[in-house]
Amino acid sequence: MRHRMSQISAFWNARSRVQQWGLLVPVVVFLLWLPVLNPPLITTEPATDFPIALFNAAVLALIAIGLNVVIGQAGLLDLGYVGFFAIGAYTTALLSSPDSLLGVRYPWLVIVPIAMLVTMISGVILGTPTLRLRGDYLAIVTLGFGEIVRLLADNIDPLRGNRGFQNIARPEATYPDGSPVFSQTDVLGFYWLAVCLIVIVLMLMGNLERSRVGRAWIAVREDEDVAELTGVPTYRFKIWAFAIGAAVGGLSGALFAAQVGYVNNQRFDVATSILYLAAVVLGGSGNKVGVIVGAFLVSYIPDRFQFEPQYRFLVFGLALMVLMAFRPQGLLGMRQHLLTYGRQAYRRLFGAGAAVAPTGMTASTRAAGDLPEVKPDDHAGTSPRGGGE
Amino acid sequence: MTSGDTTSGEGLLESLEHMGAAERAEHDAEVSAAVAPGREIAVGQGETLLAVDALTVRFGGLTALDDVTFDVRRGEILGLIGPNGAGKTTCFNIMTGVYRPTSGDIRLEGRSLARMKRYRIIQAGVARTFQNIRLFGAMTALENVVVGTDARHRTSIPGALLRLPRHRREEREAVEKAMALLEFVGIAHRAADPATALPYGDQRRLEIARALATEPKLLCLDEPAAGFSAAEKDALSELILKIRDDGYTVALVEHDMRVVLGVTDRIVVLDFGRKIADGLPDEVRRDPAVVAAYLGGTVEDAEDQEP
Repeated sequence: MRHRMSQISAFWNARSRVQQWGLLVPVVVFLLWLPVLNPPLITTEPATDFPIALFNAAVLALIAIGLNVVIGQAGLLDLGYVGFFAIGAYTTALLSSPDSLLGVRYPWLVIVPIAMLVTMISGVILGTPTLRLRGDYLAIVTLGFGEIVRLLADNIDPLRGNRGFQNIARPEATYPDGSPVFSQTDVLGFYWLAVCLIVIVLMLMGNLERSRVGRAWIAVREDEDVAELTGVPTYRFKIWAFAIGAAVGGLSGALFAAQVGYVNNQRFDVATSILYLAAVVLGGSGNKVGVIVGAFLVSYIPDRFQFEPQYRFLVFGLALMVLMAFRPQGLLGMRQHLLTYGRQAYRRLFGAGAAVAPTGMTASTRAAGDLPEVKPDDHAGTSPRGGGE
Repeated sequence: MTSGDTTSGEGLLESLEHMGAAERAEHDAEVSAAVAPGREIAVGQGETLLAVDALTVRFGGLTALDDVTFDVRRGEILGLIGPNGAGKTTCFNIMTGVYRPTSGDIRLEGRSLARMKRYRIIQAGVARTFQNIRLFGAMTALENVVVGTDARHRTSIPGALLRLPRHRREEREAVEKAMALLEFVGIAHRAADPATALPYGDQRRLEIARALATEPKLLCLDEPAAGFSAAEKDALSELILKIRDDGYTVALVEHDMRVVLGVTDRIVVLDFGRKIADGLPDEVRRDPAVVAAYLGGTVEDAEDQEP
């Protein structure tokens, strides 16, 4: 499998930019079409509505992408990430539900940036005192943060505890025939929206990865002391990792709240945080596409094979143990492209068409997909890596 | 280490030998122009760059450095030597902000580094390599060096997110400069390899390139020749001289006396945290206190042994 993966990776990196786009667009179109297609064997029906299963997988994928910034890139073990998801969902509820004491009903599109900003600020608030800690200590404090958020939702009266908030705003759009795109009964629109958000977030994350920001995160993950002694303001970039990860968590919370239309305190426990972590680790911490695959598996498999809920963690525990024994880097190994114009540089060195594997790079020396292939960007602001490199 | 490893880092040096003198000078000038743009070579040579002033460092009851005073002058290679545990690496750790002095001060061009944040010290102009090589293993050689260039970059998060013009310009320049530095230290052909896949000697060179990428005024090399063969040590000495000739100031901690005596302009000797000698290599070599420190025994014993 490792060999196959590196072959795919080499093939991909030998493609030109236009060819990569040509391959990616159909993939995204296929993903958008999948719930309509509802293919037998793959479908989760009749137990779970297939578009709902896909939507849940997409939300988890978005969460995993955000968590991957914190865990995979910056190497900060965050066990309270569900807290940000909750803050995003509750912000959406407070600003649009008639049950809210604020008494406002903002449209969803207005709420999304507010929710992201609020979660970002809470990320900075959590990070400022705690990011001086490292490793296990940081994990314990973030675990506490997740619990604090949940307990606040339980106990603060305006947050309504178990009663929750009804009639949360959803995006407003109509099909040509006048029926709403986003409704309680039809999840298709939400699924399409989620896929589009994933593509956009992936593009932006790719831009960050191939900049001094991404390099600073990887440097912190690899050796924090040396990073600082090479001129990286480590503390500041760790806080940015928290804030950006939190913002994506808030976005997914707002999306989730809009689809369900109802938020209460029931979904934000530690076990959910661990499930997010499982998605990241399973798919391949540090690999944007890997974590999407991981999130899909974590969300889809229980829906497809209809586990009893209490067996869910047993199955994932076992699956993770097996995976860690045989493939500790996750399904797709870690890989980053850290230079915006790296491919040109490497190509100049080794001649056109040899963007990959100049010397000493074999599948055995590194994890699959870890070849120093580089995604240059001749076209500013666009990245074809969005849909699923 | 295999014999294959020893030669791989020297490709550039070999190719340089085949060039004519004029060609070689031109090539060197090109590389240095890219490596150190705007560097004013030999400006103010000889004046004090870094002043170590009555520096004392204690760890609990242990005094690692005891009232040490010396200075590093612009454009020189200063050797910092002494027996094991003399405080050489501690001295480097103070210079780069890893430890803080218990008392005394350390100033770069008059600015105190004693309380400065570590990444600010890099920006002020002190870069270092490590005794036990510490590269970013998940990055390629080129990426490692680009992290060094980032110390001079101003791209913000929104700038990187939206790929604003400054981000694109800095990225382009960073890759150019990093490639030039890899060529400067002689491992350009390894640019795309993961740092950890490089042979030992090339990893040391990569650390030097990464440190140089931060555009330091003072480059601190912590035992760069450790584990090298004689041929590699010669190549390294040549590289250190080349770095000095390019206008950098170098502080060198090294145990190999052939390397130290071969490249340094001046030597400071530490023993048990105290400075015992400071002077030209030839003077230091004959200093009875230094001989005693290295061979053991008292100063009198050493004086008796002097011919």
